[in-house]
Amino acid sequence: MRDHATPAHRDILDLAGLKLVPRRYYGRWIAAALILLALGYILRAFAMGQIEWKVVGQFFTAPAILAGLVNTVIMTICAMVLGLTLGVVFAVMVMSPNPVLKVVATFYIWLFRGTPLLLQLLIWFNLALVFPKMGIPGLFEARTVDIMTPLFATMLGLGMNQGAYTAEVVRAGILSVDTGQTEAAKSIGMTRLTTLRRIILPQAMRFIIPPVGNEFISMVKITSVASVIQFSEILRNAQTIYYANARVIELLFVAAGWYLIVVTFLQIGQFFLERHYARGIGPSRPSPANEEGKA
Amino acid sequence: MNGPVPVSLPSGSEAATPLVRVRQVSKFFGSFRALNDVSIDIPHGRVMCIVGPSGSGKSTLLRCLNQLEKIDAGAIAIDGELLGFRLQGDALHELSDAEIARQRLKTGMVFQRFNLFGHLTAIENIIEGPVTVLKRPKKEAIEEGEALLARVGLASKRNSYPSQLSGGQQQRVAIARALAMKPKLMLFDEPTSALDPELVGEVLAVMRALALSGMTMAVVTHEMGFAREVGNELVFMDHGEIIERGDPRVVLDHPANARARDFVNAVIK
Repeated sequence: MRDHATPAHRDILDLAGLKLVPRRYYGRWIAAALILLALGYILRAFAMGQIEWKVVGQFFTAPAILAGLVNTVIMTICAMVLGLTLGVVFAVMVMSPNPVLKVVATFYIWLFRGTPLLLQLLIWFNLALVFPKMGIPGLFEARTVDIMTPLFATMLGLGMNQGAYTAEVVRAGILSVDTGQTEAAKSIGMTRLTTLRRIILPQAMRFIIPPVGNEFISMVKITSVASVIQFSEILRNAQTIYYANARVIELLFVAAGWYLIVVTFLQIGQFFLERHYARGIGPSRPSPANEEGKA
Repeated sequence: MNGPVPVSLPSGSEAATPLVRVRQVSKFFGSFRALNDVSIDIPHGRVMCIVGPSGSGKSTLLRCLNQLEKIDAGAIAIDGELLGFRLQGDALHELSDAEIARQRLKTGMVFQRFNLFGHLTAIENIIEGPVTVLKRPKKEAIEEGEALLARVGLASKRNSYPSQLSGGQQQRVAIARALAMKPKLMLFDEPTSALDPELVGEVLAVMRALALSGMTMAVVTHEMGFAREVGNELVFMDHGEIIERGDPRVVLDHPANARARDFVNAVIK
């Protein structure tokens, strides 16, 4: 260490008036330059490589691709809604004082976390092999192959699998809320379920949203697994096209582009959702929280 | 369970049945006996202060009155209603969660660590019970809530979140939240123990005003000045038992029990 003490011939009061020069971050500039260089090199490689960029542009909005995109988005939403609903229900059941509910929920989580998703999708899709017909006796009955369409099997498979994981996320969120909140809610006469709905879950959301947002984004991409049971999401449609025209990389890039676009929107949504559930949190903030607060 | 015990009034008290009757209550945490055969009454409109060393069972007694803890033996009645059980034939049947929640409406509770709902503003904290539990119209609840906030001197903090309030302010909002349910009995569990010394006074002032308004109160506290000035009865607890009780001025100045004497000396000095 060099000695930075005030030079003996200058008084500290003289130094007080001097100009301040901010620290220079040479390392950052060098790193940024190197990264840009590497990026340029990679981009150039792809631009010069054997990719017909015109084909990528051409197929980006092809009807089959857009139809696949719609299916991917709808399936993501359906599976996540089912997964979140089941997740909350099973988390509450696992934490219930009722031993029956507890055992049922624990079994569900064990079963659906314990087997691969791909295998679960195949079982749902092939359920007709076990039960040729299904329904409620006397009310309605149908052939299982008519019910277990790729769409329905995918939704059940992804949603029920997601439910098992979300249950653990929700449970962690509920545990993160101070027990004093439950006691205060009881003291004003709330029942267990009202306490959960009005007091605990709203505060647990802050801890639940980041991991669930993460899983939402995963789900967008995991829907592609359903291509094995003929669900026509975006990747499967891209594959169908390149089987015909042999533009493999071009169509994979089309799919990749759309995945990135969907995920970008989700990430923006997560930001606003997190901000909403952060209300009332943190060291004393001035009034902005009050202005948006709804009485 | 010992069943509802016939209640004999202590001599000299008014003929009316006391609001709170605690009879031969015991409570265990595992093998630890937190309450040992405790019996006590709180008449209407009286303030009972409960003091004693930590671990003596005073908070447990308070929490049993609100059924945050279940008693293992004995019986408690508030406002003529047996807590936690229904007498049917020769047996006491445990009440459902919903019935216990309804019984809790008779008591309001103020906690040591305030426990305001963190995601709600001061006014939202206060109207949550009236609107969600009592199903009161929101507009009425807000009007009454604002009046309560004014009563605890915090009308200007209506839209503040708990994290934006000082400890003393949070505790005053917590008192208003409990009062919004129009309880017959207010329970205070060391309401000033988590506060900075300069904030204790504002909370005690609110409690003093509440006592003067005729509210029946049970207060677990280390504030001997408050007990002496506001309390109608002082109860000393140690090892889960009531070791001394009586007029606060008499008990604090001349404790008969040796352990009570040690405690008073330690706290006051």
